[in-house]
Amino acid sequence: MQIVLNGERMDAVGCSTVGSLLQQLGINRERVAIELNADIVPKAEYEKQLLSDGDKIEIVQFVGGG
Amino acid sequence: MTQSADKLIIGGREFTSRLMVGTGKYATFEQTARALEMSGAEIITVAVRRVNLDRSKESLLDYIDLKKYTLLPNTAGCYTADDAVRTCRLAREAGMSDFVKLEVLGDEKTLFPDNEELLKAAKILVAEGFTVLPYCSDDVIVCKKLEDLGCVAVMPLGAPIGSGLGIRNPYNIRIILENVSVPVIVDAGVGCASDAAIAMELGCAGVLMNTAIAGAQDPIAMAEAMKLAVIAGRLSFKAGRIPRKLYANASSPLDGLIG
Repeated sequence: MQIVLNGERMDAVGCSTVGSLLQQLGINRERVAIELNADIVPKAEYEKQLLSDGDKIEIVQFVGGG
Repeated sequence: MTQSADKLIIGGREFTSRLMVGTGKYATFEQTARALEMSGAEIITVAVRRVNLDRSKESLLDYIDLKKYTLLPNTAGCYTADDAVRTCRLAREAGMSDFVKLEVLGDEKTLFPDNEELLKAAKILVAEGFTVLPYCSDDVIVCKKLEDLGCVAVMPLGAPIGSGLGIRNPYNIRIILENVSVPVIVDAGVGCASDAAIAMELGCAGVLMNTAIAGAQDPIAMAEAMKLAVIAGRLSFKAGRIPRKLYANASSPLDGLIG
């Protein structure tokens, strides 16, 4: 299955849900926000939210800024 | 009046410090943390960006005590209302707070606000329950519109972002202060401590800055200078300055002069 993660195409092997994708990427879910095809995925739904071929995912966090 | 009684209230939350600082442009995260500490700020701005998928990279939040600061995520880099709204929704999800510093820029060279898009975004965000602090032009009409839309503060610029030119139009800031009832916070343009004091002496509720501290030769020392300037400026405003006079008025008694 191919997804577009933060603008980059990637093979999502063994990642059926948003939760499993985060786990594979080693990302602390408390500090990020996720958009799936331009809709926010609430944290409580990470484990339930299934991924499909061609999904566009944005994972963002807070960085230094004014 | 004691300083402790003079609280800043924004969006129903109380703050003691009237200095808000950004977290961008520091040399290191350690320096960011130390400057924040010295500034005494309780509200700090952050930007929302894609995560670095390289796990070895540290994050700003590893260095910041989130119990001590209220994070104010910004929409820096957004040029349309849609992008700004989208960024705010992500920020709320990431930070679990409704506070946002809304900026919608019109042009890369000036970073001046696009007021039309700003008003559009503010309207949507207020309706969605956000606590909106908009960075805007030093224009009372725009500020009044933002207040009418339900923004909890207005944040007119003193000068272009990162310019360090100071408060270029103090009369516009005064007009804004006289015509809106939400807190007025000068955001952008401060270059040195006296600029911050001037903003506070005009009667502003607070000052927000980033480059003036992060870009100083000694950011930690400048953070302290800004803290003191904001406190001094506020006290000076509350104390009530003397009227300006063209000619001298002796401080020593005229009676009892010798000869």
